[in-house]
Amino acid sequence: MVIAVASGKGGTGKTTIAVSLAKTLAGLGVRLSFLDCDVEAPDADIYLKPSPEQRKSVEILIPEVDPSRCSGCGRCAEVCQYNAIVVFGNHPLVLPQLCHGCGSCSLTCPERAISEIPRPIGFLERGTTSDGIDFSRGVLSIGEPLAVPVISHLKQWHDHAEEEVVIIDAPPGTSCPVVESVRGAGFVILVTEPTPFGLHDLRLTVRLTEELKIPRGVIINRDGIGNDEVDRYCLANDLPILMRIPFEREIGAGIAQGKSLVEIDPSYIDRFLALYNRLEVLAASNGKVGG
Amino acid sequence: MKIAISSTIGKINEPISERFGRCKYFLIFDSECRKWDTKRNPAESARGGAGSQVVQFLCDNGVRAVISGQFGPNAYTALAAAGMQAYRASSGTPEELVERLLEGELQQVDVGSGSERHY
Repeated sequence: MVIAVASGKGGTGKTTIAVSLAKTLAGLGVRLSFLDCDVEAPDADIYLKPSPEQRKSVEILIPEVDPSRCSGCGRCAEVCQYNAIVVFGNHPLVLPQLCHGCGSCSLTCPERAISEIPRPIGFLERGTTSDGIDFSRGVLSIGEPLAVPVISHLKQWHDHAEEEVVIIDAPPGTSCPVVESVRGAGFVILVTEPTPFGLHDLRLTVRLTEELKIPRGVIINRDGIGNDEVDRYCLANDLPILMRIPFEREIGAGIAQGKSLVEIDPSYIDRFLALYNRLEVLAASNGKVGG
Repeated sequence: MKIAISSTIGKINEPISERFGRCKYFLIFDSECRKWDTKRNPAESARGGAGSQVVQFLCDNGVRAVISGQFGPNAYTALAAAGMQAYRASSGTPEELVERLLEGELQQVDVGSGSERHY
C-alpha cells in the first residue's frame, strides 16, 4: 500500500508523521520504502539517516536549434505552451527555464532543425537506513522552477513491489508537485493544526483528494492550541480524525534534536501501529465503495 | 527609431509603468515622424515568460529601444538576443522620457550582463 502524507499548510508536521509511521513499521520488520517527495526542501533524511548508496541526475529534454537547418518560420514558438521559444528575425531563442520538456517544438519543426538535449534540474538519492528502510529522495537544484519532473522521476525510479508499504512525504500546498506526489496513493494522511490557518489549507487539500478520488483522514498536530473549528469541519464532512498529537514542550524539544515521535515517546509505537491498521481498513473499504 | 515605453493607462502624459513584461500598454514613439502609437500588451497575463513574449511583440512591431522601470530575467535574455536597447527609468511620463532618451540623458541597461531574477 502507498500512503502519502500531505498538508496544505507548511510546517504542520508531515515529515514528523511520515517518519514516525515508517520507523514504527520498520521496527516490526515490515518491508518498507520511504520517498521524500518534498524536493524543494527535502529533510526526512535528517530523521532517518540513510547511508547514501545510489545517486542519479534528473534531466529534462530541451530544444536545441540547428541554425543551418532553421528557416525561421516560428512554428516552434507558436506550439510552445510555456513561451519557452521566441523568434527574432530568423533566429529562435530558447529560454531553458521556461521549457517543460514536452517536445512539441521538435515534433512540429518542418525543417527538422530541432534536436532535444538533456538539461539537469536536480538529482535523486537512494540508500538504506539502519532499521532497513529503503529510503530515496529527490532534490531540485536551487533556482530551478520545475519540481514535478524530479518527483515523477523519483516515483518511477523507485518501482516498488505490489505488497510493499511505501510512505510518501509530500510537499506542502495543493499545486502540481503535491498532485504528482500523492497520485496513485492508496491513502492520504492530511496533517493539520487546529488553527484558522490549518483549517483554511486543510479544506484545500481535502478538495484535492476528492478531485483525485483518494481516501483520506486527518491527523491533528499541536492539538490544544487554536480552536475547535478543524474538529467541527471534520465531523461535518465525514473526515476521520486518525490521531491527535498534543502541543507539548517535550515533543518540540525532541524534534529539535532530530528525533521522531516514536523515539521521543515509545508509547507512540502502538499508536502508529493502530493508525496503520486503520488505514488499511479505510483504504480497503473505500476501494469497495468506489467500485 | 521606434521606442516603446511601458504604461499603466496608455497615456503619454501619465507616469510610466514600473513593470515591463506585465504592464498593460506600450506607448510606441517613432522618432522619425514624431508620432505616438498605443498597443495593448498581449503578454500582460501570460502564464510565464511575459518578458520574452513582450520583446518578441515589440520586435515584430519594429521597436529598437525600450524604457521601463524593471526588466525580468526572460526579458533580459530576449532583449540581448533581439539586440534591443533597454533603458531604466523609475519615474516620469513617456513624453518626458523619450526626450531625455533622445538627448542621451537615460542610462542604458547592459542586457548582456545577465539578469536580476525574481523568485
